[in-house]
Amino acid sequence: MSPRKQPILELDPATVRRARALARKAGKPVVDVARTHTTVSVERATLRLAGLAGADHENVPWVNHLVDAVRDSAGLEHGVALPVWDALRRGEAPDLLTLAQKASSGAVTFHVPDGVRAKAAGKAARTAVAHGIRRIDRQRTTRDRLIARHGNPDHTPWIYLIVATGDIYEDIPQAQEAAREGADIIAVIRSTGQSLLDFVPEGATREGFAGTYATQENFRLMRAALDASSKEVGRYVRLTNYASGLCMPEIATLAGLERLDMMLNDSMYGILFRDINPIRTFVDQRFSRQIHARAGIIINTGEDNYLTTADAIEAAHTVTVSQLLNEYFAKEAGLADWQLGLGHAFEIDPTVKDSLRLELAHALLARQLFPDAPLKWMPPTKHMTGDIFRGYLLDGFFNLVGAMTGQGILLVGMMTEAVVTPWLSDRDLALQNVRYVMRAAGGLTEDFHPPRDGFIQTRARQVLTEAVDLLDAIVHDTGHGEPPLLAAIADGTFGAMKRPASKGKGLDGVFRRADGYVNPAIDLLDSGETR
Amino acid sequence: MTRTEAHEARRRRENAATGELSLLEASPIVRPYGDTTGDGMVQVSFTLPLPHDKRAEGAAMKLAIAMGIDRPLLVHAKAIGPKFTFFVIYGPVTHLVDIRGIELVEREYELLSSKEVNTLIKKRLRRKLVVVGACIGTDAHTVGIDAILNIKGFAGEKGLEYYREMAVHNLGAQVLIPDLVESARALKADAVLVSQVVTQRDAHIHNTKAMTAAFREAFPAGQVPLLVVGGPRFEDGTADSLGVDRIFGRGTTPGEVASYLVHALVNPPQKGSKAS
Repeated sequence: MSPRKQPILELDPATVRRARALARKAGKPVVDVARTHTTVSVERATLRLAGLAGADHENVPWVNHLVDAVRDSAGLEHGVALPVWDALRRGEAPDLLTLAQKASSGAVTFHVPDGVRAKAAGKAARTAVAHGIRRIDRQRTTRDRLIARHGNPDHTPWIYLIVATGDIYEDIPQAQEAAREGADIIAVIRSTGQSLLDFVPEGATREGFAGTYATQENFRLMRAALDASSKEVGRYVRLTNYASGLCMPEIATLAGLERLDMMLNDSMYGILFRDINPIRTFVDQRFSRQIHARAGIIINTGEDNYLTTADAIEAAHTVTVSQLLNEYFAKEAGLADWQLGLGHAFEIDPTVKDSLRLELAHALLARQLFPDAPLKWMPPTKHMTGDIFRGYLLDGFFNLVGAMTGQGILLVGMMTEAVVTPWLSDRDLALQNVRYVMRAAGGLTEDFHPPRDGFIQTRARQVLTEAVDLLDAIVHDTGHGEPPLLAAIADGTFGAMKRPASKGKGLDGVFRRADGYVNPAIDLLDSGETR
Repeated sequence: MTRTEAHEARRRRENAATGELSLLEASPIVRPYGDTTGDGMVQVSFTLPLPHDKRAEGAAMKLAIAMGIDRPLLVHAKAIGPKFTFFVIYGPVTHLVDIRGIELVEREYELLSSKEVNTLIKKRLRRKLVVVGACIGTDAHTVGIDAILNIKGFAGEKGLEYYREMAVHNLGAQVLIPDLVESARALKADAVLVSQVVTQRDAHIHNTKAMTAAFREAFPAGQVPLLVVGGPRFEDGTADSLGVDRIFGRGTTPGEVASYLVHALVNPPQKGSKAS
């Protein structure tokens, strides 16, 4: 991913600095909320790092049983680590799995230990959780080694293709075929509604609605298949899934453990588009981003969603605002610039005059505001009508803007968007489209310099100014007395959705941390230590 | 189409003989139109699971003929990997369509865009249309209700939350019937949407009947909110026996539900004097 050397938009550096300062100001109080709360999913992720896996005969994961049991008897304000490892030290069970099994039938009473017992339990928990953290570290080393062996793609943007059959054993040959056809990144779309499940399903799954469940075993199977493909095609083929919804921390953890390479992970998507409680989301996303940072995973944010629900011209600045917030939250959680696949999309109504010039202005603005981030460029969906011929042309223009503005990750648009899940031939035609445009116009980044104060420069500046104004309004929003960003989310500033912090799914799984809260995973992630 | 055929077609269009069906007049019998009336030209594309060779091309031609394409023209064949071949075929279909025999199945309501829905509510209802949604009983499958209500939506259509003129309250899963009735009353619901996915031992039917009975008990006659139930296993034509106003089945999109709500709840325009 090579950012252009000379800035070509001539944005006012003071305005850019102000935008970042406002994003920090809006984000900081929310980070404070995240650092003073925990959730059932954060605690379950901690147990997963300690090696607790599997589910009972009704497919309820053991981590759910154990966290629920601790919640019911000791509360979660102190975290699960102390009560669980104290119970193990008391000899309630020889290991975590047996403890979870006993706890599921109510045979264990948990207490929050104090003094020497707390110290000992904390130490034992840390030893156990550190195993998982080191496994994530080893997977990162393995990725680096495989990239060194097979190589990165010899071009940018990297080509991102989706498979979505619902059956992991169908997905695998499709993904391998897509890699042969030229995909650099394979994304396995999740089953509809998985984001609202408060548990992670188990095992290899063959039934999904419009997608395949994200499970540890499915992750492992697909990564192994793509390792074989990487060897075959001579470049490291990356795997993507979704760390969003109610189980964001656990899915991020499983992704780290099974060496996924990219994860969809937006700071506000779940709140706005899935009605998940805002505090739950911000607590979960901070943990998940810490895991992603540690695992060397590139996150992809979901700004394209703003443009599918609102007008892509009127709402252009909300994309910029969301990118700035995502950047702040990501960096705060330890992610580096190269890990920020900030999202944006080609969604302007094609019947609007100058739509391509507007797209160029918006895409260049993102490119220039985040010069070292890979940027995820998303294809048209809203104005894909089922007229596949028109759609093919639109995708060509989308690819052209991607080529001219140096995007890092290009999600390949399908002419059959809104018609069917992509057919084999749709993917092939779409890739021909991408290859043609990249070959024909990839070098245009060199020649393309929109004139000073021309249409494109002026439009980009206007969007940036509107973004700064919106951020300014957010940091001054005191409507609900909460951190201003939460107040702004509550009054419908984003995507016209009103999402108060006191409502939404998963709120009953949020707990304010007590003094003496212990979570060895967060300690190890904060400090970077391995033991 | 050969030159003589094209000539004959033009003659029939411009100078039809007595008793000959003029090609200018709309005929109830139609064929596809390529560049000349009656030429029957179509294009199809498909992929066969065969490596690209002469045999694969022969198979494509054979399939085209079986589809009713007379004298197919194989204009494009391309290998997709070592095991598949993509084809584009042009040719005239032998089939005729008699448009007199077409039966139209019409929904009882007009399909509206989100803009039209908003405008109609704003103009005629003059307040937000209040929708309360839930999964009731033991059903934890919120996929259906979320697809209809969440802004994310379904099948490329945004959910009802996206409609500015609707106030949507999604109560989520496993909502108890008394709580649903109470919420509907407190929120002054115009419509109550209930999703039922689990069908073991007819749970969907029992739950729905219990729900509608509770509403009829709790509200005076004529003031019960519009009751709508959705799920993959409800039978058509059972709305009355369930006590609901309408059933929506598998594949229903938010736009259909929104259009129906407007049809059922937003008063039709006052009829002008012409109507009397």
